[in-house]
Amino acid sequence: MSLYRDTGVVLRVQKLGEADRIITMITRKHGKVRGVAKGVRRTSSRFGARLEPFCHVDVQLYTGRTLDVVTQVETVDAFAPWLVTDYQRYTAASAVLETADRLCPEEGEPVMRLYLLVVGALRALSSTERDPSLVLDAFLLRAMAYAGWAPAVSECARCAAPGPHRSFSVAGGGMVCMRCRPPGSASPAADTVVLMDALMHGDWDVADGTAQPARREASGLVAAHLQWHMERQLRSLPLVERKAKEASG
Amino acid sequence: MYEGPVQDLIDELGRLPGVGPKSAQRIAFHLLAADPADVGRLQDALGRVKEGVVFCEICGNVSEQTQCRICRDLRRDATVVCVVEEPKDVLAVERTREFKGRYHVLGGALDPLAGIGPDQLRIRELMARIGAQDITEIILATDPNTEGEATATYLVRMLRDFPGLTVTRLASGLPMGGDLEFADELTLGRALSGRRTV
Repeated sequence: MSLYRDTGVVLRVQKLGEADRIITMITRKHGKVRGVAKGVRRTSSRFGARLEPFCHVDVQLYTGRTLDVVTQVETVDAFAPWLVTDYQRYTAASAVLETADRLCPEEGEPVMRLYLLVVGALRALSSTERDPSLVLDAFLLRAMAYAGWAPAVSECARCAAPGPHRSFSVAGGGMVCMRCRPPGSASPAADTVVLMDALMHGDWDVADGTAQPARREASGLVAAHLQWHMERQLRSLPLVERKAKEASG
Repeated sequence: MYEGPVQDLIDELGRLPGVGPKSAQRIAFHLLAADPADVGRLQDALGRVKEGVVFCEICGNVSEQTQCRICRDLRRDATVVCVVEEPKDVLAVERTREFKGRYHVLGGALDPLAGIGPDQLRIRELMARIGAQDITEIILATDPNTEGEATATYLVRMLRDFPGLTVTRLASGLPMGGDLEFADELTLGRALSGRRTV
């Protein structure tokens, strides 16, 4: 029996048997880990609410034959209590978890950068400082960059001619010049392109200053690009509430 | 592999939750050796459960008629409605013998990771019920987990504009029989904020 310890974020939980759950986590050193938390559904469980989705925990597991078994858990950051008090933030955070889960299909393969991105996104979503929709789009763009298919924003995705360009092709890989533009490409507003570039590079002063139409358009393009390259629909993405709060303007 | 009907029975039993191949085989051979009258009763019960059970048109609980036993009972307080996720939660609240009002079964909790949003739950029916009936209190009794809390938050947002309606949430705190040192921060935090004078 070998024990190991790591910090991770709970991505997903599934019921197992009478009172157990399979916990899927993205961890700092061991990548995606699936472990059984025995008796966690009982009210008297010593794990309590520490193994709920969105929880950032310090966890100890022992290696089992098929699944590892969770033996001890301590909370690092309890994001869940903050996220569940605001439905818009909750849906955005759910999309963060589902994307992270889909982007690391292999268990045990280290995904440190993605782990840090998830923790950063959840931390930003649990504070009320920024528009949750912007935080989600920034996470999705950076997660795509991590996966190797970030949309080209400042140059043509096909011929690398420096921009700014006026057309966006999901299949082409981002902004495209007039010569490379395939039929059916979108023509986003200049503000939308500026916003996407700002979100990718963490320029929050620019991102926070953008207007609602640009945010809506950028969200649509980011979602289309993500799902086209993932080759599958994300279940949580259509349920994300995109309305912005006046205060976050 | 067994022949024909026995293997078919094992395969069908093996598809039930929590029943593995060995358990399925054990149940199949138990049925084979059992009294035909017992097997007949099981057969009848299985047949009736799909044909005879419907969902109550008012609360969404499982029922034999268009309205469930609780919604038909005129002695129950129609002004207080307890909102739960599943029909089995109705039974859990009923066992306390503390609640004399009526129920509303949502049919699950908001869980974007499973693709369940407000449109997949019976939230619209709840709104219509509050608008049409004389309801003064809604008790939110969704599960005390992430999805249940998010559902409660969403419902509070939807219900706060109804005039004269009180919305309450089940209390949460430390379970009996546990140690304080093992209590997680969320539960202990809730217990502290919901403390009462004794």
